[in-house]
Amino acid sequence: MVVMKMKFPFEKRVKLAQGLWLLSWCATVAGAFTFSLGCILKTELRRRAEVMDNSDVHVVPNTLMIVGLASLGINYFASKVCQDALDAGRFPRWKKMLKPYFAVSCFFTVLMLLAVIMSYAMKGSLESSLKVGLRNGIRFYKDTDTPGRCFQKQNIDRLQMEFQCCGNTDFKDWFEFQWISNRYLDFSSKEVKDRIKSNVDGRYLVDGVPFSCCNPSSPRPCIQSQLTNDSAHYNYEYQTEELNIYLRGCREALVNYYMGLMNTIGAGVLSVFLLQASVLVSLRFLQTAMEAVEGNENTEIETEGYLLEKSVKETVMEYINPVMKFLMLKNQVEEGTPGNPEIPTDVNVKPGLF
Amino acid sequence: MPFMPVKFNLQKRVKLAQGLWMIYWLSVIVGILLFSLGIFFKIELRKRSEMMDNNESHLVPNLLILVGLLACGVNAFGGKVCHDSLDPIKFAKWKPMLKPFLLLCCGFNALLLLTALLCFLMQFAVYLTLAEGLKNSIKFYKDTDTPGRCFMKRTLDLTQIEFRCCGNNNFRDWFEVQWISNRYLDMSNDLVKDRVLSNVEGKYLMDSVPFSCCNPGSPRPCIQHHLTNNSAHYDYDHRIEELNIWTRGCREALFSYFSSMMTSIGTCVLLVFLSVDMAGLKYLTTALETMEDPENPECESDGWLLEKGVKETFGDLLAKLKTLGKTNQVVEGGDAPEAAN
Repeated sequence: MVVMKMKFPFEKRVKLAQGLWLLSWCATVAGAFTFSLGCILKTELRRRAEVMDNSDVHVVPNTLMIVGLASLGINYFASKVCQDALDAGRFPRWKKMLKPYFAVSCFFTVLMLLAVIMSYAMKGSLESSLKVGLRNGIRFYKDTDTPGRCFQKQNIDRLQMEFQCCGNTDFKDWFEFQWISNRYLDFSSKEVKDRIKSNVDGRYLVDGVPFSCCNPSSPRPCIQSQLTNDSAHYNYEYQTEELNIYLRGCREALVNYYMGLMNTIGAGVLSVFLLQASVLVSLRFLQTAMEAVEGNENTEIETEGYLLEKSVKETVMEYINPVMKFLMLKNQVEEGTPGNPEIPTDVNVKPGLF
Repeated sequence: MPFMPVKFNLQKRVKLAQGLWMIYWLSVIVGILLFSLGIFFKIELRKRSEMMDNNESHLVPNLLILVGLLACGVNAFGGKVCHDSLDPIKFAKWKPMLKPFLLLCCGFNALLLLTALLCFLMQFAVYLTLAEGLKNSIKFYKDTDTPGRCFMKRTLDLTQIEFRCCGNNNFRDWFEVQWISNRYLDMSNDLVKDRVLSNVEGKYLMDSVPFSCCNPGSPRPCIQHHLTNNSAHYDYDHRIEELNIWTRGCREALFSYFSSMMTSIGTCVLLVFLSVDMAGLKYLTTALETMEDPENPECESDGWLLEKGVKETFGDLLAKLKTLGKTNQVVEGGDAPEAAN
C-alpha cells in the first residue's frame, strides 16, 4: 500500500529539483537562524543564572543549537543531492547514503518539534528554580563581605530595578529576612537590641524594603521603611498605597519574561520546522521519481513518486525490527535457548527500496 | 596640458567601470547608514528632551537625514551611469547630464563637510541646554500634580538610574531645592515648621537625595537622608563614603553620552567623503569621450581629472563668473544682454 503516489512527468521533475534546490538553501539559512535563536535564549538564561537554582531549563536552548547545526548539514546535503538528481549518471552514488540520511534527518526534525513543546513544558521547572534562587538571593543580600556572594546585593538590586519587581512572591519577602548586614547595625542601641531579641533566630527584621523596590512613577518620594506603620508617614495608608513600591514579585516577572521570549522563539522554530519538513518530503519524492528513471535509455519518461513504499505501520516496523532483533538476540544469548523472534520475513527481500 | 592624465585601454576601462560601480553601491549603503544614524540621533534627543527643557536644536539630525537621502540618490545615479558606461548607446543619453552631476557632487561634498563640522561644534550647544534643562528638572521634581510636569519626577528618576548620576553638577544640587511636595508634608509638625521657617523662601530643604541616586554597588543599604550628619548613621563618614550614592552629576553623564554619539557620527560622515567617486567618474567619462574610434571598443584613450592645469581651470572659471556678472547689467537703450557662454 503505497503512501501518497504522485505522477511526475519530466518537466515536473525538473521543476521539483529546482524548487528543492532553492528550498534547501532557504532551509540552510533557517537552520542558521535556529542556531542563533538558541544562542540568544542561552545568553538570556545565563545572564540571570545567579537567581536560578538549577539549569534544567537550559535543555531548550541546547537542543535548539544542536538542531540548528544539524539542519545546516542536512539541508546542505539535500541541495547537493538535488543538484545531481537530474543527471542519471551522477545520481546513483547518493543512493546508498539516502536511507540513513532520511532516518537521521527525520530524527532531527522531530527533535526540533520537541524543543518547541519542551519550551512550554519547562515553565514549571523554571518557576521552581527561580523560587529557590530568588529566596537565596534575598537571604544572601546582606553578605557583601562573603567571598562568592559579594555581588548578590548588586545583582538583586539591578534585577528589581530592571524588571520592576520586588521580592520573591511579593515585597513582604523582605520582611522575613535580615537584609541589613550586622556591620552596619549599632548593637549598643536599644532599638536594635529589642528587634534582635524579638525573634527566635536573633535576626534584625524590619518592615522595610531596599531602595531598588521603589517605583519611580510614584507621585511622592519613596517610602521604604516602616511600610506597615501608617502613622510613621504623613497622609499614608499602607492598604491602599499602590504606586509607592513595586507590588509584583520578581519570580512572576522573570517567568513572564522568559515565557514571552520562548513563545516568540517557538513560533520562529515552528516555521523552520515546516520548511525543513517540506524539504524532506520534496527530496523523498524526487528520489523515488528518479529511481524509476534509472536504467532507462530515455530519461524523459514519466515516472511515479511516492512517500513510503509500504504503509506507515510497516515502514516503522521495518526500522524498529533491526533494533528489536538486536535486543532479542541479546536476550537469546543470556537465556541460552534459541528464541524464535517474530520478524516478518518478506520485509528485507524486496530490492530497489533504497 | 591635462591635469593628471592616465592612459586607458579596454581592460583598464572595464576594470575602472566595474570598480566604480561597486564603490557607488557601497556608498548607497553608507548613505542608508547615515540616514538611520540621523533617525537614531533624533529619537535620542526626543527621549531626553525633558532634560533639555524641550529647547534642544534638531538641526544636526535633520541635516543627517537629508544628507543620507541625498547620498543614496546621488550614488545610485552614479552607479547607474557606471553600469551603462561601457555600452556606447546607453552612455550617450547620460552624457549631457554628467557635467551638472559632477557639480552636484561637489556641492554635496561641501554639505558633508558642513554636517561633520556641525556635529563637532553643536556639542557646546547641547552642553548649555543640558545645564539649563537639568536645573529646571530638579526644580520641578516635586510638581507631580501640575499638568505638563507630572512626569518630570519619573523621567528624572529613570535618567539618574540609567546614567548612574545624581543632580546637575553633583548630589548637592538636591540640597538646594525642595523636592518633596507640600502635599506630603505635615505642616502641623514642629520639625517641618522649623525647616520651612529656616530659609528666606519658605522651602522645605533637607540634606537628602531621592532614591534614584542610590548606587546598587554599595555594600550597605542606601543612605539617602541626613547625608551630611555622621552621627545619624552607624559607622558612617560622609567625607570618605564613596559608593553610597552616585557622585557624578547628570549633566556630565548626559553630555559625555551625547558627545560620544555626535563625535562618532561626525567621523562616519567624514568617511563618506565622495572625492574618490568623483575622481573615478571623471576619469571614466573622459576616457570614454576621447576614444579616437568610437566603433572600435578596443582602442586606447586618455583620461584626466581636469582638461587644463589647475591654475588655468580656475582662471577660466573666474573669467566665466565675471562675464556672467557683466551680462546681467541691463544695457539702457534696449539691447538684450548676450547670453553667457
